[in-house]
Amino acid sequence: MSTFTGTLRLARLALRRDRVRLPLWLLGLTAVAGVSASSVAGLYTSEREQAAYARTNITSAVSRVFNGIIPEASAGGIVVAETFSILAVLAALMSILAVVRHTRQNEETGRAEMIGSAVVGRHAGLTAALLVALGADALLAALLAAGTAAAGVPLAGSLVLGAAVGATGAVFAGVAAVTAQIAESARAANGTAAAVLGLAFLLRAAGDGLAPVEDGSVTSLWPSWLSPIGWAQRVRPFAADDLWPLAMHAVLLAVLVRAAFALTDHRDVGTGMLPVRRGPATAARSLLGPLGLAWRLQRGVLYGWAAGMLVMGLALGAVGAEAEEVLGSSAELADVVGRLGGGGDLVDAFFAAMMGLTGVIIAGYTVQALLRMRAEETGPLEAVLAGAVSRPRWMLAHITCAVLGTAAVLLVTGLANALAYAAAAGSLDRVGALTGAALVQLPATLSLAGFVVAMIGLLPDRSVAISWAALGICLLIGQLGPILELPQWVTNLSPFSHTPSLPAADLALLPITVLAAAALVLTAAGLTAFRRRDLAF
Amino acid sequence: MSDAIQIIDLSKSFGDVRALDRLDLTVRTGEVHGFLGPNGAGKSTTIRVLLGLLRRDSGTVRLLGGDPWKDAVALHRHLAYVPGEVNLWGNLSGGEAIDLLGALRGGLDRARRDELLDRFRLDPTKRCRTYSKGNRQKVALVAAFASDVDLYVLDEPTSGLDPLMESVFQDCVAEVRRKGGTVLLSSHILAEVEKLCDRVSIIRDGYTVESGTLDELRHLTRTAVTVETERPVTGLDGLAGVHGLRADGTAASFEVEAAAMAEVHRHLAGFGVRALTSNPPTLEELFMRHYGEPGREPVEAAR
Repeated sequence: MSTFTGTLRLARLALRRDRVRLPLWLLGLTAVAGVSASSVAGLYTSEREQAAYARTNITSAVSRVFNGIIPEASAGGIVVAETFSILAVLAALMSILAVVRHTRQNEETGRAEMIGSAVVGRHAGLTAALLVALGADALLAALLAAGTAAAGVPLAGSLVLGAAVGATGAVFAGVAAVTAQIAESARAANGTAAAVLGLAFLLRAAGDGLAPVEDGSVTSLWPSWLSPIGWAQRVRPFAADDLWPLAMHAVLLAVLVRAAFALTDHRDVGTGMLPVRRGPATAARSLLGPLGLAWRLQRGVLYGWAAGMLVMGLALGAVGAEAEEVLGSSAELADVVGRLGGGGDLVDAFFAAMMGLTGVIIAGYTVQALLRMRAEETGPLEAVLAGAVSRPRWMLAHITCAVLGTAAVLLVTGLANALAYAAAAGSLDRVGALTGAALVQLPATLSLAGFVVAMIGLLPDRSVAISWAALGICLLIGQLGPILELPQWVTNLSPFSHTPSLPAADLALLPITVLAAAALVLTAAGLTAFRRRDLAF
Repeated sequence: MSDAIQIIDLSKSFGDVRALDRLDLTVRTGEVHGFLGPNGAGKSTTIRVLLGLLRRDSGTVRLLGGDPWKDAVALHRHLAYVPGEVNLWGNLSGGEAIDLLGALRGGLDRARRDELLDRFRLDPTKRCRTYSKGNRQKVALVAAFASDVDLYVLDEPTSGLDPLMESVFQDCVAEVRRKGGTVLLSSHILAEVEKLCDRVSIIRDGYTVESGTLDELRHLTRTAVTVETERPVTGLDGLAGVHGLRADGTAASFEVEAAAMAEVHRHLAGFGVRALTSNPPTLEELFMRHYGEPGREPVEAAR
């Protein structure tokens, strides 16, 4: 018996557990690529339009920060600029979650112990998780190639784009293999790997965003060389189709996997490498109630989001200062931003578009915070409700934390955006307007929150999937709605479509009031349903 | 109010599965009541209905004089619960979890808490994530026994404890009883129930098959008798209530129903009894009889 005995059996088990989840990831990512590619093919048909897009990308630090540097002025190049960054990040997330799910999470639940007692080698669990994640990345590469090629761009470039995304995913499977050995909980393993991913994105963004433009072309600066996302960008799909940078991914993956295996040899099943800190022997008074407990359980997630959105707000504000000059140079882009942001002054339109997107992103925090209730319900909630705590009181404690947390994250984002813009533009004129543009997202976010609460009350078993799907739909409607010219009733489904586009538009009180009322009604429905139903253990 | 818990005809289904089927359970105030049944018989479901965590489909349920669904919050101030599967918050310390669980039901006795931590040998500074099953159970037990309440609802509380800790647990139950508290103890560790409980209810497939004091239950069942006589015993197999007779010359062993005991004694006297041992049935035998040990029929159909 070798240390790998049982690997294939465990890989089959992992695939069986993921038989819905992984196909959804793969299809979702392929759909994002396919839809973007066909919308690009429809929007930028002539060489002149494609050249204008490329010029905009190259001259705008904003565009380079979010989209990377366009490989060439062609339909394929635009597809890369529009999709590569987001696909690379999502592929990395898919890989991280898959590896941690089949390694550290198994240890946390005790499954790994049971499996380890059978005829299974010491390295089988980790190897099986890596096989599944890397297999998913390979399949994703092929699907992305097919999806983008189907939109009418060259096949060779599509294959290279798929390979670049798949290679990025594979490296982060390796990162997760290591963090799963070091961290002691699945949550911490996911969080650490996601932080590495965030750093990789920031390094790439800094390398691209700060690069000087010379003679209408631009080359990434050194920080991009420290990021696997930056390496993957260097294959330059459709322009160069140069695969050698992917060798760096292969080498890094090999090093990470080797390290992960070495770490498994030096630790016990169920433990981490980091020492577990001891806690206080008695509880602080502030913990002793449903609200104190909810805050304690939710604060970590809030701090993480506030820090991330602080950085994002600062970046947005800094690049917003040059929006006028960049957007003014391209009628097409100005048109797109105008449609997203609601017209008017270009800087205002830019910020309105960005804040609309930011609102939906921050709703991700709200959904995550509220769904903590489901995790509690299948865990320690039974013991809490066996105390003198009513169900509405428990639920309202979590809702309070999530709502105040959302307001806080919005405020942090808005202030960071406003102050960074003020510093870059050398004027305090827009501070109030930009902070308000972030805060005005609150009612729409709360009505989505009300929807999540209603689902927890009415359909507890499905609530997690439905809530995330609802957020995804809002994101798609917000991003693609104006560009694809979706029917109005589809656009109206997202609460974020009804938020006034501050600072470009005026503050309309009616939609805000209606959104807030919807939030209240949905929350009340959720509370009532939860009070009446069986606990779903 | 003489009954802490009174359940009559309780039914509860989950989809197509009928978890409780007209179950009855009465727990008198001040008694330690054993709640017995194999895995899946409906013990935890009954307890969760009692705690207002699940809603009953039909039947009457009274808990400490109130309705466990409608009056949940008020009633929970007077009871402490130890779940069968103790789930805690991974990043809270054991001490924090104990204080929190105590505070949620209205506070706990700090001196008693510290004393219990000592007796159960639990380190309160460790994170709950790092506790074993037994240690998580100790957290819930310390939080429960450090609360001064009328009723303790304990769902298989010792399944993860070692024998030493089990005896600490038994001491705690005895102390509760001395103070006049009521305990509902669900278990399938029969020796523990035999040692601790005044009365027991045995359930199977969601309904109660037997309920009463151990003596009463024993009364319904057979006693194992072995006897040595001067002359070989004859005619025993003709007596009503005698089962499983094995005779070998002057030695015989058999089982006898409680009602037939006197008659059997009279019969044996005629053969010159040299030695006689009679063992009342253990709870285990009693239990087995209800759960289809092959070749044995229940003495009395309960329903």
